[in-house]
This record gives sequence, C-alpha cells and structure tokens, in this order.
Amino acid sequence: MSDEIKVKVSHMTKKFGDLLVLNDISFDVKTGEFLCVVGPTGCGKTTFLNCLTKLKAYELTGGEILINGEPVDLQKHNIAYIFQEYSSFPWATVEENIAYGLKVKKRPPEEIKERVEEMLQLVGLTEYRSYYPGQLSASMLQRVSIARAFAVQPELLLMDEPYGQMDNSLRYKLEDELIQLWQRTGTTVIFITHNIEEAVYLSQRILVLTNKPTSIKKEIDNNLPRPRDVTDPAFNQLRDEVTDLIKWW
Amino acid sequence: MNEYAKQKRKEKIKFGIVSVISLCLFFTIWYVCTAVLHLKPDYILPSPVQVVEAFIDKLTRTAPDGATIFGHIAASLQVALTGYLLGALVGVPLGVAMAWFRRVDMFVTPLFDLIRPVPTIAWIPLMILWFGIGLGAKAAIIFVSAFVPCVINAYAGIKQTKPVHLWVAQTFGASRKEMLFTVAIPTALPLIFTGLRISLGTAWMTLCAAEMLASNKGLGYMIQVNRSLARADLIVVAMLTIGLIGTIFTVGLNALERKFVKGGRRG
Repeated sequence: MSDEIKVKVSHMTKKFGDLLVLNDISFDVKTGEFLCVVGPTGCGKTTFLNCLTKLKAYELTGGEILINGEPVDLQKHNIAYIFQEYSSFPWATVEENIAYGLKVKKRPPEEIKERVEEMLQLVGLTEYRSYYPGQLSASMLQRVSIARAFAVQPELLLMDEPYGQMDNSLRYKLEDELIQLWQRTGTTVIFITHNIEEAVYLSQRILVLTNKPTSIKKEIDNNLPRPRDVTDPAFNQLRDEVTDLIKWW
Repeated sequence: MNEYAKQKRKEKIKFGIVSVISLCLFFTIWYVCTAVLHLKPDYILPSPVQVVEAFIDKLTRTAPDGATIFGHIAASLQVALTGYLLGALVGVPLGVAMAWFRRVDMFVTPLFDLIRPVPTIAWIPLMILWFGIGLGAKAAIIFVSAFVPCVINAYAGIKQTKPVHLWVAQTFGASRKEMLFTVAIPTALPLIFTGLRISLGTAWMTLCAAEMLASNKGLGYMIQVNRSLARADLIVVAMLTIGLIGTIFTVGLNALERKFVKGGRRG
C-alpha cells in the first residue's frame, strides 16, 4: 500500500426525495489498500458504491468523489465491480465471461488471451473454461466474476457483499483466494459487507457506518498479521470492537 | 465434450427416436383406416399410397389446378419468404429499439398497440384493394402477420435484461451501444428466436388463408381448387407439402438458434 490517495470522498451526501441516506461522509482510500465498509443492514452501503460508480444514474446530492484526483469517469478509470448477485453472462462461456471487460476496454487479442489464461489458472477454472454459467456451482460462478474483475487489472475493485449468499466454508475459501489475488495484484479494494468477521479477516482498515442517515461512526486500522486466524484473541478482540460499534440491540 | 453436452446429446437422440416412432404410428393408422378398413370413400379420405401417387403425378402434371407441385411451392415460397423476411427484418429491430430507447417506445407503442389486436385476416380485403391479387398483397398480409410476433418478442427479450448485467458492462466502461450489442441483445436472443418461430407459423397459416381468398397459384390455392373438384388426395398433398416446408423452415431456424443462442437458454 502506498501513501498515494486513490479515492477521495468529500462530504458525500445522498438524498432520495426528502430521505437523507448518506450524510456528509468523508474518507480517503490509499492506492493498494484493502478497505472494508461495514454497517447495519439497509444503512446505505450499496448506495454508497452506486454513487461512487454512478450506477443507476446515481448522482450525489452533495459532496464529491475523486479517483486519482479526478471526478469518476467509468470510461476513463479502470474500475471493476463484483456484485452480491451472480452476474456472469449466461450466454457466454467461462473464458468469454472473463474476457468481457478486456474486450470492452479494447485490449489487443493476444493480451486478452494471455490474461484469460492467467485468470483461469488463478481461480482454478481452467478445466471449466468452455462451461456456461448454467453448468457451474455457486462458488464457481462467483470465481468467474472475480476473475472477470481482476482480468482488467483494475485500479479500483468494488465488491458489494460478494459472498453474502454463501455458506461459511465456501466463504472462507473464496476469501483466501481473494486475499491471494489482492496481494499479487496490489489492486485497491473497497469491500462492502455486513459480516464483521469477514471485514476483520480481509481488511487493512474498517469503516464502520451508522444507521440511516448514514455517516461514519469510526475508522479502525486493522494491522493483524496475515494469514489471519479467526480464533486468535487479537482477531476476536477487533471483531468484538467492531460488533459493539454497530450494535443496535 | 463435457458431461452436460453428452447428456443433452443423449436426450436429443432419444427425442429423435420417439419422433420417428410417432410418425410411423400415424401413417400406419392412416393406412389401416383407409386402405385396409375403407372407413371412408377415397374421395373423402384417401390412403397414404394414393397421396404418394398423387404427389408423384403432380411433380409433372399441371392439371387440374394449373401448376405442378413445384409451381405451387415456388409461388407460395416467394410470397411467404418475402413477407416473412420483411416482417422479421422490420419487426425485430423495431422491437429492440422500442425496448431500448425510451423515446421510440413512447412514440411507437400507442400505434403498435392499436394495430396489434387486428386479426391478420382482417387486413386481406384492404391489401387486395391496395395491391391487387399479386405478390404484393399476399406478401403485405404475411408481413403483418410475421411482424407483430417479432416486435413483441424482441421487445420482451430486451426488457428481460438483468440490471446487474448492464451494471457489469457499465462499470467496465461500456457505452450504451456496447451494452445493447454485448448484453441486451444476447439476453434477448432466445425470445427473438421464439418470435421468429411464431412468425413463421403465422406466416404459413396466413399464406394459405390469403391464397385461398385471392390467388391463381400456390399451395393454398391448390387446396381451394381441389376442394371444389373433390380431389382429397391433392388437398392432402398440398397440406403435407405445407407441413413439410414448415418443418424444414423450423429445422433451419432451430439450427440458426443453436448457432447463436448459447448457454442452454433456447426458447
């Protein structure tokens, strides 16, 4: 992680009509950082990512978001987004899915081929390259999305509860794979989750959000050594600290 | 070939065998009812053998309906293909445009909704008035019949596009045009092909209706003339020819669908 600022969020405010969803949120994300954003369900975590990418034509009501010091431009900035729901294209094979972002970005065919091979190996789907999403398991589907995202070597990777629908064993496996990919590529990651253990396991820093209207309750640096052990007392202490922060009961 | 493909292939072979058995059974029952049991006189219900003989005869003879079977087929194909292809070429892009561009949707939908419920046969008198009884009128009638299902299915297909797929494309920096061609149209393809298949069926049906009302050649005309002559064998020849050509078209369309619609999503 460098000290260079990759994402700068200043006074981000979002209203839907009279409903204030995001209330004056400011923070920075450093290049190569793995930031986890946690908060109660329905607090506006996804809205935050949608504002960042301007998906669904989301425009901020106030404030600004800069990537590399410039307003977000999806055609200019190399961003990838992994969604909670399965997003593989059903009409495309595994390798065609992985190649999609590279094709949109009009990379040369040789590079596309090379990157796809590399990603297939990294996510362990080489044998399944010619399979269609309808023939794959849940974990394979999410691996396809992850491979497709990493294939474009994004400067910023956004992940919106990508493992939210999975059981624990599968989640642990995919989390480990994600960490390996991140360490290998040095991509800046913003990872949204409501799972505190996941945030502690993955992140370098945790942003704890409040309930609506959402603001930042606390930013916590996570310097636990890797590989992390969920039974380690220091791990549990940090998990408890974050849990206390988002407790509503 | 992976396990899934192998399983699909096995199912296909099984389906083929059952289909052949079904056809053989149909022709056997027909033969027994006519040639063996003589349930009805030949001029009402001819046997399969008589139909085959009539068909062979019709390969070279123009009597009693003014053309050989090839002449009738050519006339019908010319009309059907002209109308059907025009209907598909206009209908599919229009349906896509209506679903993708809000302004086109707002502008075209009210007019389309007004035209859509009108039965195709209701257009026949007007088309004859406008174009006579030649190719133009019949092609125009078939155009209307093929056009409507093409529009409806292409529209529904594009509307089925999952937002998450569009978001994936959008975050990779795809333009609206790229999103249409790389996400929305591939999503819509199964329904577009369903529309093309329905159109094909309606086009053939309409063709026969149009040729029965106003024509001097064609398979529908052949049925109409031979009805008045009580030539049931030739009526059946024309009917089976229509069925056979329809099947050939369907097989061709299915082959096209297999080529373009991937991922086991065929409609």
